[in-house]
Amino acid sequence: MQNSSDNKLWLTVLGWTVALMIFFPIFWMALTSFKTEVEAVSTPSLLFAPTLENYAQVFERSDYLKFAWNSIYVSFGSTLLALAFAIPAAYSMAFFPSKRTPGTLLWMLSTKMMPPVGVLIPIYLLFRDMGLLDTATGLMIIYTLMNLPIVIWMLYTYFKDVPIEILEAGRVDGVTPVQELFMLLIPLAIPGIASTGLLSVILSWNEAFWSLNLTSSQGAPLTAFIASYSAPQGLFWAKLSAASLMAIAPILVVGWMSQKQLVSGLTFGAVK
Amino acid sequence: MKLQSLIVSAAATLLSTAAVTQAATTVTIGTVNNGDMIVMQKLSARFEAENPDIDLNWVVLEENVLRQRLTTDIATGSGQFDVVTIGTYEVPIWGGKDWLVPLEGLPGDYDLDDVLQSIRDGLSHEGKLYALPFYAESSMTFYNSSLLEKAGLSMPDQPTWDQVKVMASKIHDPGNGVYGICLRGKPGWGENMALVSTMVNTFGGRWFDENWKPELDSPEWQQAVGLYIELQQKYGPPGASSNGFNENQALFSSGKCGIWIDATSAAGGLYNRSESQVADNVGFAQAPVAVTSHGNHWLWSWALAIPKTSDAKAAAQKFMTWATSKSYIEMVGASEGWASVPPGTRKSTYANPKYKAAAPFAPAVLEAIQTADPTKPSVQPVPYTGVQYVGIPEFQSIGTQVGQTIAGALAGQMTVKQALKSVQSSVSRTMRRAGYPKK
Amino acid sequence: MATPASTAAANSAVKTKNTRKVDTRPFLWPSVIVLFLWMIVPLAMTLYYSVINYNLLDPSFTGFAGLENYKFLLEDPSLWTSMWNTLVLVGSVLIISVVVGALLAVLYNARFPGRNIARLLVIAPFFVMPTVSALIWKNMMLHPVNGFVAWLQSALGMVPTDWFSQYPMLSIILIVSWQWVPFAFLILLTAIQSLDSEQQEAARIDGAGPVAMFFYIVLPHLQRSISVVIMIESIFLLAIFAEIYVTTSGGPGLATTNLSYLIYSVGLLQFDVGYASAGGVIAVILANIVAIFLIRTVSRNMQKA
Repeated sequence: MQNSSDNKLWLTVLGWTVALMIFFPIFWMALTSFKTEVEAVSTPSLLFAPTLENYAQVFERSDYLKFAWNSIYVSFGSTLLALAFAIPAAYSMAFFPSKRTPGTLLWMLSTKMMPPVGVLIPIYLLFRDMGLLDTATGLMIIYTLMNLPIVIWMLYTYFKDVPIEILEAGRVDGVTPVQELFMLLIPLAIPGIASTGLLSVILSWNEAFWSLNLTSSQGAPLTAFIASYSAPQGLFWAKLSAASLMAIAPILVVGWMSQKQLVSGLTFGAVK
Repeated sequence: MKLQSLIVSAAATLLSTAAVTQAATTVTIGTVNNGDMIVMQKLSARFEAENPDIDLNWVVLEENVLRQRLTTDIATGSGQFDVVTIGTYEVPIWGGKDWLVPLEGLPGDYDLDDVLQSIRDGLSHEGKLYALPFYAESSMTFYNSSLLEKAGLSMPDQPTWDQVKVMASKIHDPGNGVYGICLRGKPGWGENMALVSTMVNTFGGRWFDENWKPELDSPEWQQAVGLYIELQQKYGPPGASSNGFNENQALFSSGKCGIWIDATSAAGGLYNRSESQVADNVGFAQAPVAVTSHGNHWLWSWALAIPKTSDAKAAAQKFMTWATSKSYIEMVGASEGWASVPPGTRKSTYANPKYKAAAPFAPAVLEAIQTADPTKPSVQPVPYTGVQYVGIPEFQSIGTQVGQTIAGALAGQMTVKQALKSVQSSVSRTMRRAGYPKK
Repeated sequence: MATPASTAAANSAVKTKNTRKVDTRPFLWPSVIVLFLWMIVPLAMTLYYSVINYNLLDPSFTGFAGLENYKFLLEDPSLWTSMWNTLVLVGSVLIISVVVGALLAVLYNARFPGRNIARLLVIAPFFVMPTVSALIWKNMMLHPVNGFVAWLQSALGMVPTDWFSQYPMLSIILIVSWQWVPFAFLILLTAIQSLDSEQQEAARIDGAGPVAMFFYIVLPHLQRSISVVIMIESIFLLAIFAEIYVTTSGGPGLATTNLSYLIYSVGLLQFDVGYASAGGVIAVILANIVAIFLIRTVSRNMQKA
C-alpha cells in the first residue's frame, strides 16, 4: 500500500512537471503579452504590473475581427466541403472495395506530397485568371483540396471499423446506398467524422504558406495577421506575444474543449 | 441528392464570391511594418476624413514577405495593390520595366524641389520620377556614451574601422551583459550584406568588375569580411548571426551594445524615452572608413509608388502626396514628437528649428545622406548603381546567397577564405545563368 | 435527380450480400476528379515551366530551355546538402515524436490527480500555428540574450548558448518536434486506451515489471498507430517551411536549408519560375519516393494486424 501511494505521488509530480515544461513556451508568451515592451526584454520575472496596453495597440492597428472571421470561414468552410466530398468516397471505398481501392488511397495521399513552394507560381497565375486572389473562398478551395486526402483516409479507416452487420440489416430492408449512407452510417460514425473534421479545421487554421501568398487583405486569415507583427522595428516582443495569443487562442480553446472527442476519433483504424 | 445539392451550393458560393468586385475608390496600400509606417497608418484616419470618397485598405507585412508579395503581384499583373512601399533598389528596376506609373503633375504645394536631390535621383529611372520618398536613411555609427566614458574612450566624428575595433575590444564585457559591437549578422541582401557591402566599398573593393565578373574572392573582400567576422566573433553579442536591424536595435536600446553601426533612421527611436533605456547616452558619428570614403555609408529610402495595374491611380497619388508632404511631417511632429518624424527626405525638415531642437543627430544624418553616392560606390569603376546593393534584379538572390554563406562563416562553419571562394563560384553561376555580361 | 446507384442495383445487392454488385463509384468520383485536377493541373504547369525560360522579373528571357533548368539545378552543390537536411529533419522529428509520444502516452494513461488538465497542456503545442511557434522559440525561448533558456543558463552560471548559430539543425528539430510530439501523443494515447486491461492485469500478475510491460504488451499493440503517426507526420514534415523561414532562413550557411527552402531561395527569391519549377519537379519526385516507400510499409503494416 505504502509503495503504491508513493508511486502515485511520484507519477503526479512527473506528469505535472512534464506537462508544464511542454506548455511553458505558450505560458511564457501569454505572460509576456501582459508586460510592457521594456519588461519583456529585461530579466525574466513573474512579478510585474500587468497591462492591456499591447492588446489595445494590436486592436488599434489591425482589424483583428476581420482576420479572425476569415480564419473561421476558411477553416470551417473547407472542412465542411472536404467532408462533403470525403464521406461518400470513404463510404464507397470502405464498404464496396474493389481491386483498385488500395491503389486509389495511396494515390490520393500522394497528392499531398506536392511541395507548395514548387507550385506557387502556377497556382498564383490560375488564381489571378479566375479572380480568386485575395478571396477567402479561393483559400477555402485550396485548403479543401489540401486536406481532402487525409480526411478521406481517416474516414475510410474509421468506417472500416463500423460493424457491417448493422448496415447489412438495413440492406435486407431494401435501403439504397444513399439511404444507407445518410441514415445508418453517418449517425453511427459521428465521433469519427467529428474528430476528422476537427483535425482538418486545425490544419487549415494553422496553414501559413498559401494564406500568406494568395491573400493580402480582404481574404486574409490570422496567419497573415501574425505576419504583420513578426519583426517590426524596435521592441516588439510584447506586442508580438499579444497578437500571437490572439491568433492561437480560438483554435486552442476549440481544441481543448474537444480533446476527448479528438482522442476517441483519432484511431486511423489502428485500434481494435 | 443531398450530396449533389451540397456540391451545387458549394459551386454557387464559389462563383458568387469570385464575382464580387471592389469599390472603385478603395486604395489598397502594401507597406512594411516599420515604426514610421505604423504611424502613417494611424494618422491616415485624418486623410480618410478629409477625403470621404477614398477608403484606405492596409496590408502591413514584414519586409521580406512584403517584397515577395509585391513582386509577385506586379510581375504577374494581378493588380491587387494601388500603393506599394518599395525601396531605392526596386524603384529604378521596376520603373525601367514599365511597371510603375511615372509621377507627373504633383500639386504645387508638394514642393518637389524641397525633396533631397540624392533621394530623388535614387527614385528615378531615365529622368522620370517613379516614387515619392516616405523616409530615407544612410548608415552611421551609434555608441553608448556612458559605456565609452567608463572605458575612458571618446569617439571621433569620423572613426576608422581600426579605431572601432580597438574601442569595441575595450568596451566588451560579456560577463556583465555588455558587448563591444553590434553589427547585422542575419543573412539577407538587405540585412548583413548592406553592412558588408559598405565595408567592402571602404576597403576599396566592388561586387563586379566592368564586365560583370564577380570579385568576391578579391583581397579587398577578404580584408573586409575578415574584419567583419573578427569583430562579431570577438566583441559581438551571442547570436550575432541571427541579429538584424531590429534585434540590434533592441540590444542597443536596452544598453547591451557599446557600438552599433546601422541605419540613421534608428536615431529617432534611440532618442525616444518610451522605447529606449539609453535615450540620454546615445552618441553618434559617421560610418567608419578604412582605405577610402567611397561607399562607406549607404543610401536607402522607403518610398511609395503606384503600380501600372492599379485601378485607382488618382486616389492613390492623392494619398501618396499626402503621406510624403510637408504637412504630414508637421502632423507627425505634433502627434508623435519631433524626434520621430520620418527623416531624410526634405530640406525643410532639416531647416525646421523644432526638429533641430528635438533631434541632435539631424545635421549628421543630413550630411550622411547627401554624401552617399549610389552611382560611385567604389573607388574602382563599376557597371552598377547602389552603395549597399547592386541594382539588378538578380541581386536579391545573389545577395541573399552570399549573406547566407557569410553568416555560415560567422557561425564558424568555414573560414573566410572558403566562404568567399564558394560564393565567388555560386555568384558566377547565377550571373552566367542570367546571361551576363549583357549586351 | 438520379441517385448515384439505381434502386435495382441495390435490390440485387440484397440477394448477393457480400459480393454485391452495387455501383458506388459515383460516390467516389467527385473526390477522385477534384484530386486529380488538383494534382495534374499544377503538375502539368510546373512541368511545362520547368522546360522553358521564364523569369517574372525579366520578360525578355523566354524560349524553350530543354533540360537547362534541371542541369543547372543538379549542378548546384546545395541541392545535395538540402536533400540530406530534409532527410535528417524528417527522420529526427519522426523518431522523437514516436519515442516521446509513446512515453507521454504511457505516462498520461496512468491515473493521477489533475491528469486531464495535464493532458490538455501537453497537446496544446499542436494547436499553435507554425509561424507563431517559431516566433516564440526564436524570440522568447532560445534567444541568446533575452531568451528564457539563456537566462536559465546564466542563472546556473553557464554561458548562454547561441542556439540558432551553434546548433541550427538541432534547434529546428526541437521546434518542429515540439509541435508534432503532441500529435503523436494524441494518436498513441487513443491506442493505449484501447489496450485490453485484462491482458495487462494478467501480465502484471505474472510478475512483469513496467519496462517489460511496455516492450511486450504496449509496444506491439501500438505498432499500427505508430505507422499512422509516421505516415501522416512525414507528409507534413517533408514540406516544412515556415519554421525555417522565421528562424534561420536556411542558415547559417546551408545548415538548415531543406528542399522547400532551397527552391524558395534560389527560384522564388529571384522569381525564376523555370528554375523553381525544375526544383518543384525534383521535390515532387523525391517526396513521392519517400512517400511510396513509407506508405507501402505502413499500409502493409496496417493490413497485417
